[in-house]
Amino acid sequence: MLGLQALFFYIFAFVSIAAALMVVFSRNPVHSVLFLILTFVSAAGLFLLTGAEFLALILIVVYVGAVAILFLFVVMMLDLDTTGLRQRAQQYAPIGAIIGVVLLAELIIGVTGTYYQPHLATATALPTPPLAAMSNIQALGAVLYTRYILFFQLAGLVLFVAMIGAIVLTLRHKENVKRQSIARQVARTPATAIEIRRVESGKGI
Amino acid sequence: MTPDFVSSSLAIVAPELILAIGAMALLLIGLFMGERSAPTVSGLAAALLVGAGLVLVTVTPDGVAFGGSIILDPFARFMKVLVLIGSAVVIVMSVGFAERERFDRFEFPVLIVLSTIGMMVMISAGDLIALYLGLELQSLAVYVVAAINRDSVRSTEAGLKYFVLGALSSGMLLYGASLIYGFTGQIQFDAIASLAAEGRSLGLIIGLVFVLAGLAFKISAVPFHMWTPDVYEGAPTPVTAFFAGAPKVAAMALLTRFTVEGFGPLTPDWQQVIVFISIASMAFGSFAAIGQRNIKRLMAYSSIGHMGYALVGLAAANVSGVRGVLIYMAIYMTMTLGTFAVILSMRRRDGVVEEIDDLAGLSRTNPVMALFLTILMLSLAGLPPLAGFFAKYFVFVAAVQAQLYGLAVIGVLASAVGLYYYLRLVKVMWFDEPAESFVPMAMEMRVVLGAAALFIFPVYLFVGPSIAAAAEAAARSFF
Repeated sequence: MLGLQALFFYIFAFVSIAAALMVVFSRNPVHSVLFLILTFVSAAGLFLLTGAEFLALILIVVYVGAVAILFLFVVMMLDLDTTGLRQRAQQYAPIGAIIGVVLLAELIIGVTGTYYQPHLATATALPTPPLAAMSNIQALGAVLYTRYILFFQLAGLVLFVAMIGAIVLTLRHKENVKRQSIARQVARTPATAIEIRRVESGKGI
Repeated sequence: MTPDFVSSSLAIVAPELILAIGAMALLLIGLFMGERSAPTVSGLAAALLVGAGLVLVTVTPDGVAFGGSIILDPFARFMKVLVLIGSAVVIVMSVGFAERERFDRFEFPVLIVLSTIGMMVMISAGDLIALYLGLELQSLAVYVVAAINRDSVRSTEAGLKYFVLGALSSGMLLYGASLIYGFTGQIQFDAIASLAAEGRSLGLIIGLVFVLAGLAFKISAVPFHMWTPDVYEGAPTPVTAFFAGAPKVAAMALLTRFTVEGFGPLTPDWQQVIVFISIASMAFGSFAAIGQRNIKRLMAYSSIGHMGYALVGLAAANVSGVRGVLIYMAIYMTMTLGTFAVILSMRRRDGVVEEIDDLAGLSRTNPVMALFLTILMLSLAGLPPLAGFFAKYFVFVAAVQAQLYGLAVIGVLASAVGLYYYLRLVKVMWFDEPAESFVPMAMEMRVVLGAAALFIFPVYLFVGPSIAAAAEAAARSFF
């Protein structure tokens, strides 16, 4: 079993690194976005292997399902000229390097298990139950609709405001627009939609 | 999670629940009534806010809800009543103006109600998540109403500017909150306070400073004030009246609860930050307002200055300081709403005007309006025996009690400078040659202006002691 897990780990890890490199190096921006999606999917696989199935699902649903597809639309619709973009990206290389070093340092700290304040590791407001006792989704569900129901509802209200705002600021009712009425389409019967005529051959209608 | 937990929690958030369900009902009413529903929905929204206020004052018990995420104490009740009054008055004042300026859309009162829910959550926030969600709900609705007049370039620019800068400040606040959580492992203010009492850590202080920066943006305290004049000038005037009132009260309440309750043991650490932004706001508000010609910009600088004075009370970090903040916010909101009733009525036959010079000779064209505006201006300047004087008196006394003598002295000097530009407005009204007169004030504006001015003088002289007593009781929630 452990061997199988290790095998999948190496597959996902390798694919994820290779795809991430291809995001940067591929010449066609549409290919870049597709490789980005591949990176997300393999990262989701890595999450699954560590038992964080909720994160894995969210990564697929939110990043692959929404964000990356949005990227794809934008890239395909705007027809970007990437040559200029590439040159400007070169200017930011030093900043990128610094961020890389910071991330590496964080990784080292994380892997070596150093805590800045070790006594706080146990003092969490709502500690995660051990994986053996409860899966991640169960643990989230147990508090999200009980202890944190207020926050859940407030977040819903925030989204509600965002929806109203988008409609208020952008929707304009245009005159003379033909709209699709699905109810009317579905309600059509052969009696109202089809007219049968006898046509004599060679004469046309 | 017993049924008891749920029902007692729901009883405490009953006013917010009423507003949330009401807002959705209003949206449906507006949609079904179609284009011309704005006045009806506005009336219902104002009634809804008043109803929620009545429930809050009469029915809702004190206590904590949802395991300490929401706290309802006398402090929260005092501030929530202020916020509800501010929102309801703005909705009433906006109806006629929006109709004439052609942005009378039923979503406007609905968004104000939703923003009010956010403010009430901010005021009651007992932990970092409630703090952030309340703030975002309030801000998001406010960004939209800033741009509600979408055919006006200035309004959309104001909305966009406010949104971008607001998002930046939310980012800072969130980063600070994550540091605080990371260094304490706690999200509830009282738990953070008890951990902070054990010893301060550098990460906690950095988190505290970031959250303070985010909140200072919301009350437009210097050095996070840059958006204020532009947004105040660009947004439609009823929206500006809203910005200047209720959201400031809510953000100040949140700042007070966050610092005093969550970081009480670290008082010396945040006190110096508050003292600095207080001095900077008072000084900047006084000096930068001098050159202004547009009355909405003038009110923006005025509000920056007033936030500085209110922060003097917070800097004192004692009972009389918090009492000073409460009284200051109550009087500040009254003065602001009254002044905006005048600004909303500055309309000639050919349209709205907003320059200070347009008020020239108001004493001859409309003596009552001039008299009431004079009372409000002198009160904003802080002259006795008007209410604005008492507001400043309480915060300065608290600062002296806390031995912040320098802060009190700078505050008095800044208000002396501020006196100049308020008096300039009075001079323009009473001694300059009359300009063309305004069209007669609408009835609701007369009521708001008259009520505000009469509250400032002489009603406050009689009810002042009882307001001070209520504020005192509210301030005791923390100590």
